[in-house]
Amino acid sequence: MNLRRVLSETFSWSYFAAIYAFIFLPVAVLVLFSFQDGRLPIPPFNGVTLKWYGEVFGDSRLMSALGNSLKVAFLSSLMACLLGFCAAYGLARFRLPATALQRVLLTAPLTVSYLIIALGLLVLFNWLGVRLSLWTVGIGHVVINLPLCFAIIYASMGEHQRNIERAAQDLGANSLQVVLLVTAPMLMPSILAAFFLSLTFSWDEFIISFLLSRFDVTLPVEIWSLLRSGLNPKTNAIGSIVFLASTVLLVVLEIFVFRARSQK
Amino acid sequence: MTADVRLQGITKRFEDFTALSDICLDIEAGEFIVLLGPSGCGKSTLLSIIGGFLSPSAGRVLIGDKDMTDVPPSIRPTTTMFQDYALFPHMTLRDNVAFGLRMRKLGRRERALKADEFLDLVGMKASAARKPHELSGGQRQRVALARALAVNPDLLLLDEPLGALDMKLRRQMQDELKSIQREIGTTFIHVTHDQEEAMAIADRIVVMNDGVIEGCGEPSDIYMRPQSIFTAGFMGEVNFIAGKVVGEDAPQIDIETCFGLTRIPRAAFRAGIPTKGESTMLCIRPEQLHPSSEHSGYTDLCQAKIIDGAFFGTHFRCHLQAPAAPELVLVAHLPQSTHLHVGETIDLGLNLADIVALPPKPPAAEL
Repeated sequence: MNLRRVLSETFSWSYFAAIYAFIFLPVAVLVLFSFQDGRLPIPPFNGVTLKWYGEVFGDSRLMSALGNSLKVAFLSSLMACLLGFCAAYGLARFRLPATALQRVLLTAPLTVSYLIIALGLLVLFNWLGVRLSLWTVGIGHVVINLPLCFAIIYASMGEHQRNIERAAQDLGANSLQVVLLVTAPMLMPSILAAFFLSLTFSWDEFIISFLLSRFDVTLPVEIWSLLRSGLNPKTNAIGSIVFLASTVLLVVLEIFVFRARSQK
Repeated sequence: MTADVRLQGITKRFEDFTALSDICLDIEAGEFIVLLGPSGCGKSTLLSIIGGFLSPSAGRVLIGDKDMTDVPPSIRPTTTMFQDYALFPHMTLRDNVAFGLRMRKLGRRERALKADEFLDLVGMKASAARKPHELSGGQRQRVALARALAVNPDLLLLDEPLGALDMKLRRQMQDELKSIQREIGTTFIHVTHDQEEAMAIADRIVVMNDGVIEGCGEPSDIYMRPQSIFTAGFMGEVNFIAGKVVGEDAPQIDIETCFGLTRIPRAAFRAGIPTKGESTMLCIRPEQLHPSSEHSGYTDLCQAKIIDGAFFGTHFRCHLQAPAAPELVLVAHLPQSTHLHVGETIDLGLNLADIVALPPKPPAAEL
């Protein structure tokens, strides 16, 4: 009896360890070898140094790519949220023709691969004579994040809030005041969740950024060009920084989603 | 502030369904009106039309002599207290109550003072800095009332606001609503399906069914002298006894029922006096039936056997069966002091002045 319990506990704990090792071992190795005191990010681990991080922060191209990534992520997420909110508000609150079809059309891009979207945009920009820049990357990110923002915000709009909007109207608010003072603040948890999720996706996104940028590039594209010249603990260092930033964003997102749920 | 309300021929059709047909109602300034009826009777639709959230298919809404039929809710002199309270979840109670004042461009300090004053009126001043999700249902209720009153409406519309509260709290809120209404003098229109609530708070009850007004009057009138069979049945338990007019005298009408001939005062016929040969329905409340031996001046109705009974605190509620009409089960509320013996036969009597006689079906004019 006792042996059985010991065995089953051992098994549970090993399974637990194995599954998290499977998920996080690659990242752990990446982070570990970013501290490698040597030229190559491969075993054996020679000792700890912060030299590579120093190099990353001293590399002006990497730093400008990091700045570009932040700008693109922030502005495109803002735009995706704004458009997603407008679409959700329109479909939830007004009688529009073919509501169901519009909902499907709005969320359909979620199922299309980023590569196809990037190719499509590339052809379109060429045809329109739009030069590739960070703006075109941003537009690409709005295209992929808008459906997500729409879906998250639309899901949080219920009938109950409709009465709250009616109450605001009843107390003298005009349509714009209702949206700005009541609807948007009331939905803020889900709007923020959509925003931070878009931010994370845009920050990590490579294919669209690669195909739609030219001279100014985002961080993942810059890392990719670094990788072409071979493995180097510096790429591990910048990779660790990207990972850290994504983790922070996810934690922030989790806090907002958690708060939104606990308030209901 | 306060204003009178006139509803003129309000009709509302939804595709192939008529929710309201030709509703006419005059409400005096400062009255506490209750729209009462079963669910689906059109009372909430009527309230939405008065508040401006729906527009009628026909008819006019006049508030304080001004035609408000096509005026949007934001500039009507009305506010609504919603069934689910509809408080703004992201604002403190003070900001909730001050919202209407903010829309009226009142300064920050002024509106905070005014909001506190109204929170005080409903006994919620101490929680002014809290948010709605920290409150209980009854407290949200009070805040919703304060918010609706803070803009000084001429007319407050209450859409089943007490529906979600438990019995004890509901009684308490009824008393508070009534006293607040007396204090501020605003016209209140309150929708409910609970006839006890209606009687507890209303100056005048408007009973609705199937999109028409079935009866309108003071609570005691509506209960004791209903104008339709529907109203009589909806306001509480009632014994219906079918009869036929067999003769007419100057002060009385002779009615033949299963219990024999009864002479009923003309005043009992609330919806017009039938002619000889027409059928009529006698409505007798359970508390109007008593053992006739215990009261002088009572008229015997019938002998009846007690089938079962239960003690309700204020009375014994019994089912009785009369040998003269074995298919009819009568309900009577006998005094607390009665010693009840199931199977016993008693003489049931009543004061003839209490009887109400109504046409068995509503007259065609009301349909």
